[in-house]
Amino acid sequence: MTSQVPQRPWLQRWHVKPIGWTLLLVGLLIASSRMTGVDVGMFFSNLGQFTDLLVRMSRPAWDYLPVILQPLYETIQMAILGTTIGAAFAVPFAVLAASNLVHNRWLRGIIRLILDLVRTLPDLLLAAIFVAIFGIGSTAGVVTLAIFSFGMVSKLFYEVIETIDMGPLEALESVGANKLTIIWYAVLPQILNQFVSYFLYTLEINVRASTVLGYLGAGGIGVFLQRSLNQFNYSQTAVIILATLVVVMVIDGISNHLRRVLL
Amino acid sequence: MEATPIISFKNVNKIYDNGTVGLKDINFDIPRGEFLVVVGLSGAGKSTLLRTINRMHEITSGEIRIENEPISQYKGRSLRLLRRKIGMIFQNFNLVKRSSVAKNVLAGRVSYYPTWKSILSLFSAADKQKAVQSLQRVSLAEKLYARADELSGGQQQRVAIARTLMQDPKIILADEPIASLDPLTTKTVMDILKRLNQEDGITVIVNLHSVALARAYADRIVGLRAGEVVYDEPIGQVTEADLNRVYQTV
Repeated sequence: MTSQVPQRPWLQRWHVKPIGWTLLLVGLLIASSRMTGVDVGMFFSNLGQFTDLLVRMSRPAWDYLPVILQPLYETIQMAILGTTIGAAFAVPFAVLAASNLVHNRWLRGIIRLILDLVRTLPDLLLAAIFVAIFGIGSTAGVVTLAIFSFGMVSKLFYEVIETIDMGPLEALESVGANKLTIIWYAVLPQILNQFVSYFLYTLEINVRASTVLGYLGAGGIGVFLQRSLNQFNYSQTAVIILATLVVVMVIDGISNHLRRVLL
Repeated sequence: MEATPIISFKNVNKIYDNGTVGLKDINFDIPRGEFLVVVGLSGAGKSTLLRTINRMHEITSGEIRIENEPISQYKGRSLRLLRRKIGMIFQNFNLVKRSSVAKNVLAGRVSYYPTWKSILSLFSAADKQKAVQSLQRVSLAEKLYARADELSGGQQQRVAIARTLMQDPKIILADEPIASLDPLTTKTVMDILKRLNQEDGITVIVNLHSVALARAYADRIVGLRAGEVVYDEPIGQVTEADLNRVYQTV
């Protein structure tokens, strides 16, 4: 019987393809670090300064905690508001950008172009613009986060929509339902839990992003982060980072729980 | 008196964009209340034929009339009204798996409501009662609040039939309704279709692979091969040898 087993080709036998790809990737990595002038050696030789920073942050000033609770609360509010507004606008755009729902290539192309454009705008640039328009404060932060969330969520959403089972859509079409009813009955139930999961993921990113936006005066905990860093008060910085970590962990916990419940 | 047929095909052709012939010169009538089984190999055009009846597929030339009305002009609302009176059953049941059985069944009624009412699930008490009755007819009333994906394949197909009943259909199209089911549930589903045909007078058109099943349930058998009708006989005159012709590849 053994004679019937075909010979393993040498390409497979010596794993030529995976080894070749790995070598190529490593080569590209080295070449690109050469060309951009990244000095890996410096990373290791200056590691001392990094540990010095960590040591100074290792004694969090817990008495600073009550001071940052209010701005942290404001940050969460900004993130929730911004994510919700962005996600709400993302739903219709995601539907129109999904190739399995919209067969008109032009309409889909224009919608996707708009979405690409929105995603190209860096959030720091948006924040700078809106601080100039709305003045220093959380309004600028909320608008920035809303636009940033819109761009990100709409892409995640339409990619989810493109993976759904088309069977129920066919059934609803055969029943004589119109487009909107078909989307409501056959599309939304299939994507709802992934929408919630992506929404919470975006919320988590926005909590972190809003700490950076504070640098530009867009409100929230970021203002305090910037102040503590400017004053080299690293024990305060540590408290801010730890408090933000707690918020991110709580959101992550809620996200995991909801995904289990909704699945 | 010769009653007008509920469905009639006249010189119907379907050629796909890539030049493949889907249907070729289809000519036959389906009288009201008939249980018609269409047999043929995979790719013979059975699904295409079925879907031209509710315009899920468009034809290239010829004419299809339903209740003596040519259907090719229908658009928008009139097309949806046509589809409302034609129920459809699928091989893969096509339920929304994450929704409850109740919601799946009520989805069959949405074309009787304005969009905003459907979206807000503002169904009348009478229609909610009708959903329970539809489920009773397929012996699944106790699953009303179960999620569709908790049901077995046979049960899901029965829910799909209940959904179709919500349309008050005059015609039911069933595209390989039992291809994903075991022999026992196959019999249950086919019996339900036969009962709807006999008790409610619904015209039923079923696509099947199995000749034995076709002979057990059909009033009339139509055989398709490469998009052409190669066989069309009332059940009394069907013989095994004739039917085998349909399955010859040459």
